[in-house]
Amino acid sequence: MAYVSIADRDHEIEHHDPETFITKYIWSQDHKVIAIQYGGLAILIGLVGMIMSSMFRLQLGFPDTFAFINPENYYQLVTIHGMIMVIYLLTALFLGGFGNYLIPLMCGSRDMVFPFMNMLSVWVYAVSVIILVVSFFVPGGATGAGWTLYPPQAISPGTPGTDWGILLMLISLAVFIVAFTMGGLNYVTTVLQARCKGMTLMRMPLSVWAIFVATILGLLAFPALLVAAIMMMLDRTLETSFFMPAILQAGEVSNYSGGSPVLFQHLFWFFGHPEVYIVALPAFGLVSDILSTHARKNIFGYRMMVWAILAIGGLSFIVWAHHMYVSGMNPYFGFFFATTTLIIAVPTAIKVYNWVLTLWQGNIHLRAPMLFAIGFIFTFTHGGLSGLFLGNVTIDLPLSDTYFVVAHFHMVMGVSPVLVVFGAIYHWYPKMTGRMYNETMAKWHFWLTFLGTYSLYLPMHYVGFLGLPRRYFSMGDTAFMPESAVTLNTSMSISALIIAATQVLFLYNIIVSLKKGEKAGPNPWKATSLEWQTPSPPKHGNWGHSLPEVHRWAYDYSVPGQEEDYIPQTVPATDVPVGRDHGVDH
Amino acid sequence: MAIAVLLIVLVIGTLAFHFVAPSAGWTFTELASNWSQIDTTIDITFWVTGFVFVAINLFMAYAIIKYRASKGGKATYDPENKKLEWWLTVLTSIGVAAMLTPGLFVWGDFVTVPDDAMEIEANGQQWHWTYRLPGNDGQFGDVKAELITSQNPFGMDPEDPLGRDDVLVLNPSVHLPVNVPVKVNLRSKDVLHNFTVTQFRVKMDLVPGMETYLWFTPTVTGSYEVLCEELCGIAHHTMRGEVVIDEQADFDAWLAEQPTFEETLNPILGNAQVGAAQYAVCTACHGQQGEGIKALNAPKISGQEPWYLRRQLKNYKAGRRGVHEDDIYGQQMAPMASTLIDDAAIENVIAHIQTFPDNPAPATVQGDVVRGERIYAVCSYCHGSEAQGIQAINAPRMAGMTDWYLASQLQNFRSGIRGGHPQDFYGKQMGFMGRNLQTDEQINDVIAYINSL
Repeated sequence: MAYVSIADRDHEIEHHDPETFITKYIWSQDHKVIAIQYGGLAILIGLVGMIMSSMFRLQLGFPDTFAFINPENYYQLVTIHGMIMVIYLLTALFLGGFGNYLIPLMCGSRDMVFPFMNMLSVWVYAVSVIILVVSFFVPGGATGAGWTLYPPQAISPGTPGTDWGILLMLISLAVFIVAFTMGGLNYVTTVLQARCKGMTLMRMPLSVWAIFVATILGLLAFPALLVAAIMMMLDRTLETSFFMPAILQAGEVSNYSGGSPVLFQHLFWFFGHPEVYIVALPAFGLVSDILSTHARKNIFGYRMMVWAILAIGGLSFIVWAHHMYVSGMNPYFGFFFATTTLIIAVPTAIKVYNWVLTLWQGNIHLRAPMLFAIGFIFTFTHGGLSGLFLGNVTIDLPLSDTYFVVAHFHMVMGVSPVLVVFGAIYHWYPKMTGRMYNETMAKWHFWLTFLGTYSLYLPMHYVGFLGLPRRYFSMGDTAFMPESAVTLNTSMSISALIIAATQVLFLYNIIVSLKKGEKAGPNPWKATSLEWQTPSPPKHGNWGHSLPEVHRWAYDYSVPGQEEDYIPQTVPATDVPVGRDHGVDH
Repeated sequence: MAIAVLLIVLVIGTLAFHFVAPSAGWTFTELASNWSQIDTTIDITFWVTGFVFVAINLFMAYAIIKYRASKGGKATYDPENKKLEWWLTVLTSIGVAAMLTPGLFVWGDFVTVPDDAMEIEANGQQWHWTYRLPGNDGQFGDVKAELITSQNPFGMDPEDPLGRDDVLVLNPSVHLPVNVPVKVNLRSKDVLHNFTVTQFRVKMDLVPGMETYLWFTPTVTGSYEVLCEELCGIAHHTMRGEVVIDEQADFDAWLAEQPTFEETLNPILGNAQVGAAQYAVCTACHGQQGEGIKALNAPKISGQEPWYLRRQLKNYKAGRRGVHEDDIYGQQMAPMASTLIDDAAIENVIAHIQTFPDNPAPATVQGDVVRGERIYAVCSYCHGSEAQGIQAINAPRMAGMTDWYLASQLQNFRSGIRGGHPQDFYGKQMGFMGRNLQTDEQINDVIAYINSL
């Protein structure tokens, strides 16, 4: 390594430990506090999103029963639920939460390279959440345009929330993107510039690799959403016609002319598809580290895993129009996008094989984080395989816009990443808090969530095959829809309510264990990566007087001939021979 | 250990569900078009993905059972295995190609419309369908959004000679001949919509400002529901249409009944004076000035818009309304409507009704105006913020009309007494929305608010 990374310039860094409550917990510039602020807020708004889903599931499972859900607030709930879960929960939690917490600790740096900007990032994120919530309380309420916000509908009468709701939604997104950019520049720069001595790229834990690549995707993809949001705001307020052709509005000829609704969809999905991987890649990374640690075995095929992350990241930018096979774009694009989409299945499948092969010949400890990781492999395999239906342009014809799509993307980017979120929170909880969570409660949380979600989403694929359209307030009498489909819908709603109730276990566990949990010690899982070589929780500045030095990759578990079944990355090769190392320049 | 057993149970359970689901009706609808290739592609994908799903999860379960932590147990250090990884990559690529290749061939068929296909146009608008056929010249005339009016709902250009013979279907039901390939050109007047007939398998969005298309060959006669499957606003789920697949002779007969654009340019004009004589029959119940008589359960009709009166009179005449066994007053109206022999008679009586003074009907329904306003928020999307009615959305005026009649109709919509007839497309829509008003109290509240407008 030719350069001296910033993290190594130990003597240049002054440590001003924050002293007051405000500098320590509110305007904190410590990446660990910011991570918890990000994560806490994301989980809080995620709970709101979950309660919304329970409400509209009541309508879907028991149509014409609950008068407090009408078509207007139904579409508002569906829209904001989707927006919250994709952007304000998962993106914020994986990158703002886990990215912030793990990158400096796993790379051996003292903090993010731009701590002040990092602090701004979380507070700007908070502003975007507040704007989103406020949009429910303005005249006309929140937008009900669906989370994809397709114009002209999103800004035309006939859709809920076209007065203020849609504007606040777009502003909130723009503000979120500002927050994300400030955070994202930090994560990328920290990974590139602030790794400690010996931490070559090919020695980084897969969590870091995945969050790093996901952040790059975000930095390249979010601008497309930003410009789309600004253009739609102009269409709505100044009556420009970026996305608006000559149309009727409430039966009257409007002032718009010449715009293209399909242009918006291209911009949206140019962001929207990488967004899937902005959420999925961090989940891939975290689950790799959880699997390896609890199986006491190196991750299988580390180099292939890194290349798969990069390949998926790259390919994710040339598959976006698979969301638009039936959008009215030139149908010949279907050939290209179906091909790229199915190609992306190959690196994704390799990751799944390698996770399973990591378990093979392991020494598997079935603690709660491991259960969630195994559950993830199951749901992700299921969701990935159903993606092969939708990605294959021909099969998308009958299935597009049905509940099959809803089932697919909830399996692949709802349930799967959320299982990883829970697994990762339990896995790093002792590090973050210094205490253990309650294992029994965590296991119950897993069983109920895992079985609940599968009993919710497996049948949903089948009402999709039948042809039940998504985003319908109710089916009413539809000749081809048998009575038994209603029964299935009711059972799905009951599952959804059980899953929602189950999350109380999670909240209770992580809150009560803060005080009552057993003391964890620095390294309860006997893990190799750097963050476990510090006290729990790590102090401000992470490493005390001198920075760590790395001598091996992050997966030296069960190295033959060694007493212990793990060798921390900090153990010099002279003391214990390196098992297998890709990170050394030969 | 429990997790491994659970994984095995889930794999078996998933397979069982998959094979049992069709018997419960949870599977594809019966195909009614030429697109059996789509179903074949799905079958191939099922076999490939099903194999991978079972293989990965059973292997994982086996690994968990075999290598669960034991005292003194130790994992095998096994960083990578190039040969194995390459094999898996190659096999996966073959599986992917096996699914993709047939898919691309079928897509090639889908984007290539057969030369002998007949053409129709489906038009989407919040929240209903209309259709256009090219007429004898086989070519469609020009349309422009800015030409759209209630008289010219397609925005047809009267200057374009190609459009004069275009056949206009001004309701959501279109007929097609069986076994003839048809290209459906798709056009929207306002927002995105989507034309889907589940049994035909294909679908495509309607995009305002451009024309899109799909094609299929219907193979089974019968009536099929058209669903909009692209979110188009609050009444998205009510945007239903119908495609009726006929034998050629039936199709020709149906086609002959539909007006051409030329014909719609010269509508029958009502004569109020002639209508006065015809109105004599109506007087007994609806009153001299169409003010309505509650004792006879006859609502106010003065001030109601002509298009709505026309539609309802025709519904009564054609047996689309007033035929439900519990619709006592509707049953009384139906034979009365039949006294209007032809369209001219209907136009005449409507013209006469237009001459009546429009005095607001007295308020008789009591309810909570504030609660009613909240409920009305949903109604206002179609009926307008002043309950003035919006013809383009097929929503009649309610403000100033008879409130007890509104109450009884809302009850009828909720219970399916009205809007239950399969050909009463617009009534069916109101049935969808009206079911949200579940108690009489809510109905009274919303009517109290309408009275306050």
